[in-house]
Amino acid sequence: MSMEREHDDESASGRTGTFGDYGGQYVPEALMPALQELEDAYERYVLENEDGFMDEFRERLRDFGGRPTPLQRADRLSERYDRDIYLKREDLLHGGAHKLNNALGQVLLAKYMGKERIIAETGAGQHGTATAMAAAHLDMPCEIYMGRTDVNRQRPNVYRMRMNGAEVNPVEAGSGTLKEAINETMRDWATTVERTHYVIGSVVGPHPFPKMVRDFQAVIGDETRTQIRETAGRLPDSVIACAGGGSNTMGTFHAFVPDDEVALYAVEAGGSSLEIDEDAGLAPNSATLSTGTDGVLHGAMTKLLQGTDGQIVESHSVSAGLDYAGVGPELSYLVETGRVVPATVDDDAALDGFHRLSRLEGIIPALESSHALGYLERAAGPAGETAGGHRPRDEGHGDLGDLVVVTVSGRGDKDLETVLEETETRDLEAAPDVEVFDG
Amino acid sequence: MTDAGRSTASGYDSDIEAAIREHHPALITYITAGDPSLADTKAYVEALDRGGADLIELGLPFSEPVAEGATIQAAINRALEAGTTPEGFFELVADLETEAPLLVMTYYNMLLQYGAEPDVRPFVERAAEAGLSGIIVPDLPAEEADPLRAACDDTGLDLVFIIAPTTEGERLDRIMSHVSGFAYVQARLGTTGARANVSGATHDSLARLSEYDVPKAVGFGVSEGDHAAEIIDAGADGVIVGSALVDIIAAHGPAGSETASRSVASSAAPGDAAAALEAKAEELKRGARRGADSITDDHDE
Repeated sequence: MSMEREHDDESASGRTGTFGDYGGQYVPEALMPALQELEDAYERYVLENEDGFMDEFRERLRDFGGRPTPLQRADRLSERYDRDIYLKREDLLHGGAHKLNNALGQVLLAKYMGKERIIAETGAGQHGTATAMAAAHLDMPCEIYMGRTDVNRQRPNVYRMRMNGAEVNPVEAGSGTLKEAINETMRDWATTVERTHYVIGSVVGPHPFPKMVRDFQAVIGDETRTQIRETAGRLPDSVIACAGGGSNTMGTFHAFVPDDEVALYAVEAGGSSLEIDEDAGLAPNSATLSTGTDGVLHGAMTKLLQGTDGQIVESHSVSAGLDYAGVGPELSYLVETGRVVPATVDDDAALDGFHRLSRLEGIIPALESSHALGYLERAAGPAGETAGGHRPRDEGHGDLGDLVVVTVSGRGDKDLETVLEETETRDLEAAPDVEVFDG
Repeated sequence: MTDAGRSTASGYDSDIEAAIREHHPALITYITAGDPSLADTKAYVEALDRGGADLIELGLPFSEPVAEGATIQAAINRALEAGTTPEGFFELVADLETEAPLLVMTYYNMLLQYGAEPDVRPFVERAAEAGLSGIIVPDLPAEEADPLRAACDDTGLDLVFIIAPTTEGERLDRIMSHVSGFAYVQARLGTTGARANVSGATHDSLARLSEYDVPKAVGFGVSEGDHAAEIIDAGADGVIVGSALVDIIAAHGPAGSETASRSVASSAAPGDAAAALEAKAEELKRGARRGADSITDDHDE
């Protein structure tokens, strides 16, 4: 594991786990000893492979998870965009999304640490289902916190978690989405910290979570890097991944960060607008990297969607998995230093990307991943046919190069109802006539 | 309140330490500013001051209160819905005339965002100017506290840290080297909220802290005079009560000049909230004194 791009500057105060000014550990005192215990376990088991932890993790990812996932050349997209487009197929991982990489790693780590109970938050339910699967697989009791709104709009995932034996605790506070679920899971952890491990679902939260989750997800980029060299004989010109909290983004990008010739695009949810309505406490988007400001949320200094007073605003996206007002601190750092280029794709363009991949390639992508595909269309699509959204910072269209990798972070079965509802109300280029679904 | 005489007149390091030492055993109360309105908060703070509170913590509401249980979360939501802002909060503080020194309890992002750039200093300077004596930040461990510690030192504000049941050894030393005013001893793991009994963890924590000179006050779950007595008897210098007071405010519903209660069918008359808070403060202060007397009795025997 290469450490040269880490930016730890542990001071006399004991401040640790930072990426430039981002990161850190802003949590209640009661959790600090647990974070230190976790940091110690992360260093021993993950970084140093003590007791063969990483060997067991990789073996279980292979046998239980189905890794490696393919890197597939998308022939019709390649034709449309007149360049080589490859898809990293995380939708084919067990559970239907990249989330299992992290959940399996953390539940296994909790077992090595001697913890007796797993808790996790979930937004769309993908991390919750992955954690429930990993906990069942490794025989650990598991409780999932999920906002009430998300419970109602992601029923199938609630059922899947329960099928795997997890308890699902609806969170009634606030808008009943991911932010509130994280708050409530942190409260549980503050009460039960001595025997419980909190499986955070993304590269967010206090140190060591952003690094640890990234390292569990880094298998995506490690495989991609090897696979593209085997099939195309060289590194890609650009890599595109969607970004909510940023776990598939960092997982995809981590191996490529030192490769300066590879452009990295983090595509966020532009929602319906990039403006914040401060009076309503609402951002109709989840474009944290593109529009956010620096602050502290859920244990880390990072870019946030917030009002001028410091209150966190409610985010929005047609994709529940991107719907979060914060983002991983390392991504904030990589954007700040210019290594990663943030871009936004609005709800319309994401839905268009969803339909295009479904029809051209026979792959129904998650709405999260559809944002990355929406960006591909805007940056490389035929002139005059691009759907809405915004240009990436300091970059024009059409500069993706001849060899492009897009991470399909998950499959879209969970999103079919949302897609049908949302498509009916819009005029989308790539969409089928949805009225036929009523018959 | 004035800034003058913070460290000299009493001989203590700060007016917070003086308030605890001179009124030992001290009663420290918490309510959320703006719940249900800032005008109500003014009346409630004055009632607590009359009832015998020796220090008053005011919560500046933040949208993601991860350290709070259900009671204070609900209070924070009411305060945010009422439109409570940092500037409105500071104006309330400047307007208050209490014998008890005032502290602000809020989350780190609220401090960072007060100025134009993310920086704690404008907040701390405004807090000092408004007449606050100290700051408590429940999501700021000692490891991240250097910038805030420096700003507090420069303005004479105390920075209170929470000591959890899990805090031991090197970390305890680090926190105790940063703390000023008093050490906030968290009685049990978990979030804030009234409980029916005093936790055994309290006794362990107070024992671990006995070698440190700073005053110790115990909070998280304290709701009755008998709890106060037991905690003081266990060696604390003060008790901290929050959720039990917020419960009283919630039970009386919207009140005060800004939210006229004519359409609100509330079981208790709104104006009684202040009286009930004053009575609760008296009960708690009496309990604390009982605890102190029992220590004296033990020594007499």
